[in-house]
This record gives sequence, structure tokens and C-alpha cells, in this order.
Amino acid sequence: MSDLPALLVAVPIVAGVIALVTGQWRARAAWAVALVAAAAQVGMAGLLAATVFRDGTVSYEVGSFAAPYGIELVVDGLSASVAVLVAVVALGVLVYSRVAGPHTPAFHTEYLLLVAGLSGMSITGDVFNLYVFLEITGLTAYALVASGDSGRAAVGALKYLIVGTVGASLYLLGIGYAFVATGTLNMADMSTKLAEVGYADPLVLTAFGLIVTGLAVKSAIFPLHTWQPEAYAGAPDSVSAFVAALVSTVSAYAIARLIVSVFTVDFLREVPMAREFVVALAGVSVVAGSALAVMQSEVKRMLAYSSVSQFGLVVAAFAMATESAFVGGAIHLLGHAVMKGGLFLAAGAIAAATGARRVSEYRGLAGRRPVLAGSFAVLALSMVGVPPAVGFVGKWYIALAAVEAEAWPIAVVILASTLLTLAYFARVIERMYFAAAPAAAAAEGAAEPTPDAAVADGAGGPLSGRRSPRSDGGDAEGSAALTPGIVALVALVAVLSVALGLVATEYAQVLEQTLPPLLSP
Amino acid sequence: MFDLLVTRYNYVAVALLLGIGVYMMIENANLVKKVIGMNVFQTGIFLFFITSAYVEGGAPPLVHHGGEAGEYVSPLPHVLILTAIVVGVSLTAVALALIVRIYAEYGTLDENVLREVRADE
Repeated sequence: MSDLPALLVAVPIVAGVIALVTGQWRARAAWAVALVAAAAQVGMAGLLAATVFRDGTVSYEVGSFAAPYGIELVVDGLSASVAVLVAVVALGVLVYSRVAGPHTPAFHTEYLLLVAGLSGMSITGDVFNLYVFLEITGLTAYALVASGDSGRAAVGALKYLIVGTVGASLYLLGIGYAFVATGTLNMADMSTKLAEVGYADPLVLTAFGLIVTGLAVKSAIFPLHTWQPEAYAGAPDSVSAFVAALVSTVSAYAIARLIVSVFTVDFLREVPMAREFVVALAGVSVVAGSALAVMQSEVKRMLAYSSVSQFGLVVAAFAMATESAFVGGAIHLLGHAVMKGGLFLAAGAIAAATGARRVSEYRGLAGRRPVLAGSFAVLALSMVGVPPAVGFVGKWYIALAAVEAEAWPIAVVILASTLLTLAYFARVIERMYFAAAPAAAAAEGAAEPTPDAAVADGAGGPLSGRRSPRSDGGDAEGSAALTPGIVALVALVAVLSVALGLVATEYAQVLEQTLPPLLSP
Repeated sequence: MFDLLVTRYNYVAVALLLGIGVYMMIENANLVKKVIGMNVFQTGIFLFFITSAYVEGGAPPLVHHGGEAGEYVSPLPHVLILTAIVVGVSLTAVALALIVRIYAEYGTLDENVLREVRADE
């Protein structure tokens, strides 16, 4: 089992090819192949994470070439967590896509390749290898966004492609500078060589600026976020859930990895300007993202701008780079992926059930679709940071760190971010619960109350037992179908977002044990 | 200053290519030209890597049977850039495929016209 890190990348790629081939023979077989691969991915990532949390960092030399020359895969506590997150979210969204579509074999192939790219990004220990995985992730994400039927999806994807490529190219240029300064590409090796070169060296500073800016484009930090709303809003529902939950998340993880593993905390201490640059970028992102989110009338666009704001928070935490800030950043990163993925799934399910895609169309939704509305509200409140939920734990650690470090502007922005998040989610919750349903929708609800109510109420009870929608029959061809399985899945994510909050403190303790080597001064 | 320009002309070329690429991406309304701008931008980066590997009077990195000492050009950036070129080609292909779809959907390649057409959506 020592080949586990390599298999984590290889299995989805091979399965992607198998899915494409079997898909030619029977379109539905591709989904089954993808499901098996995604389940295997969860197993492998889980096993790897268990190993890492028991025995410490796992390192794997690809092709048995020794580390500074060959490519190294390094899995520590943080990367193992991200790999598990990628695997679990991939499986969940795949189950959702069984009904919600797209159903083409090409979709499943791209999906698996995206999983491979994201897993690779999370476990690689080589900066150029990270660029390659970044581009694999990018290419498949562009293709997935474009898999929507409308021309809007194609325009969104092209914009995403052009801006994303500039981001990845800036990152590549940054690597170039770092390579010229140090002559190595291995992260661990580079971090010692950078210290030898001297942190004030213009080459090192330029490399830092270019790398952070490039990855900030990919994780949609404020002035560089312009590709995101169009891409998320134009993509099919399952794609936007997947991309929103993972692509930016893993890019933000890459920022964290490069800041603490390559440039190290010493760099931030010695070059306060670099830290201030990142923190200021992140702080502006929190405020501006929230403000833009409030102005949106379309729910998926609002959720996209919400990501801009939340990633600002995560990046600010990573840039502070104290222990509790880092733990908080990691928890908020993982928790945000679950919550945002769940919100996109809920929005997709609500659109499939009622056709509502705008905030104004959510009026009185709670009366018609109690479980979906409830799940959306729980996920939204979790994102705001209402105590037992995971959104609270992350923000708590980050705010604590800001106060400890006496970084008052950051502390203010973090505390304000709770209010700002509430500002855009409260609108939706108010429409759903306190506004009367429009007459037409109420009539529609009254005309056929029985099946709807049965679906909604039936799913509210035994949540955990009804995960798989395969029991609903596989003949639901239309993408607008809503099955009890989907409702159950959305409700499960909502429950998960609260449950994760309860275990997050234990996770924080585990993480604190694996992280000190990264953060020790 | 002039000396610096003459001896470091490849860096000047890198900076020019990067600038021209970004300018084309921002300023051209035609979508295909935006993609060309993207390629120019990437080419600037490729040139930067290759320049960084260049050694004055260095031999190709092929060690002969005797293993004789001498100055060799670093092979690593060339290998990296081969990978990056492949990535660039794939990106261009995907971008052009998307442009074909946009043209089929809206009948235009002009960004401004596209914005007007899409305002009604």
C-alpha cells in the first residue's frame, strides 16, 4: 500500500479513460465507472489520511528518482485532509449528477480528470508539478463549465479560460523566478535554498508576488475574481456545486502550501510588506465580495460572490500564519467547501423543483418545499457562523488568532465578515420564511399538494439511510427532475455542516499535532 | 543603460511579449485575437525560462563517453517548457472550441456585440 499517493492520482485518470470507452458502448455505464472510481478514491484518501494522522508525513518518490531531482509527493495532515475532502465531495456530487445530469460520457471523463488534477494539487511536493496539476484542473474545469446547454455557459467558460490561464501563467513565471534564484523545484529543498539566497532578494520577492497573485486569480480573491460569477452561474448545477466546492478551495490550499512550506513563516516575519500585501488583498476581498453578493438578484451569482468573500477570510488566516490562524484557516477552508457545495446543490434542487433561480422567486419557499428551504437556511446560517455549525469554528479560530496577534484591522474585518455574510443570506431567508408566496406559486402548490408534501416530509426523517438515489429508479432522464434522493442528499449535507462543527475542535487538535514543523519559528 | 539593453536583450523581449500579450487580451474586441494574445503572453514566459537556462559557450547537455568536464546548458528549463507548451496548445484548442460554440450560438466574435446580444438574455 506504499504506492497509495501515486494511485490517488492515477486511478481517476485511468478510470476516466475507461468511462469514456464504456460510455461509447452504453451511456449510463460511464456513470457507474465514475461511481466506482469515486468510491475507490474515498477509500484510498481515507486510508492515506489514517496513515498520515497515525504515523506522520508520508513521502513518495515518483519513479524512484531521489527527492530534489525527481518529483516527490508529500502528504501531511493538511494535504491529507484536502485529499479526503476532494474525494468525498466528488462522490457526493456524482451521486447528485445521476439525476440532475449532464449524462454524457464526456462529462464523467472530465469529472474524473478534474478529481485527478485536484488530488494531484493537494499532495504534490514539487512546484512545477503543482503547475501541471493546476492546468489539468483548469482545463477540465473550463470544459465542465462549458458542458451547459446555453451559450451563456460557453461565454462563461471562455472568460474563465482566459483569466484562469493568465493566473496560471503568472504562477509559472513566479516559479521561474524562484527557480532562477534557487535552482530547484522541490518544495522542501526550495524552502532551505530560499533562506540561503536571502528573503530580501528581489528575485525571491518577485517570485512571491507572482506566485501569490497567480494563485489568487485561481481562488478568486477580490480584484481577480471576475471570471467566477459568470462561470458558476452559467454551468450546470452539478458542475457549479463541484467547481465551487473544490477548485477554488484547492487553489487556496496551494497558496497556504506555498506560503508556509516554500516561503516559510520566517519569510513573512522578515518581509512584513509581503504579509501586509496578502492580508490587505484578503481583507478587501472579504468586504468587496460581500458587498457585491448583496447586490445580486440571481442566487447562484450571489453564492459565487460569497465565495470571493469567504476565500478572503481563509487567505488572511493563512497569511497571519500563527498556529491558531492556520488551524482556523484550514477548518474554514474545508468547512466552506462542504457548505458552499451544499448551497449550490440546494439551489440546483430548488430550481429543479420550482424553477426559482432568483432571490425574489424564493418568496414563500418554506411553505412549499420545507426540507429544501430548511437545508438552504441551515447551510446559509452555518456560513454566517452560527455556533454549533462548522462555519463558526473556523471563524472563531481566525478571529482568536487576529486578536492574539493584535492585528486589529484584520480582527475588525473578520468580525464584520459575519455581519456582511448575514447581509446577503438574510435576504434569502427572509424571502423564504417571512414573505408570502406569490399567488401563482401558491395555487400551483395547492393544486398538487400530496406528492410534493410526501416527497419533502418523507426525506426529512431517516436522513442517513437514504443517501443513494439509485433506489428511485434510473429512468429520470430530464435534468429538471427532483427525486427524494436529491432532497435527502441536500438535507444530509446540511446536517453534515452542523455535525462537522461538533467534531471540528477535535480535528483542530489533531491538526495542531501535525502542523508544528510547518509553523515553528 | 544601453549596454544593459544590448546584453540583456532577451529579457527585454520577454517583457515586451508579456506586455503585448496582456494588451491584446484586454484591448482586442475579437475573441480569436484575445486567444492569440494569450498565446503571445505564454510565449513570453517560455522565452523567460529558456533564457534562464542559457550559458554563454555552454554545450548541449549530452555527456560524452569519457564524461569530460565542461560547461553545459541546463536541460531542466527546456523540459519544463516542453510541458508548458503542451499545456498551452491544449488551452488554445479548448479556447477555439469554445469560440466556435459562441459563434454558433450568437453569430458574432466581437466582444461588444456579444455583450449587447446577451443583455437581452
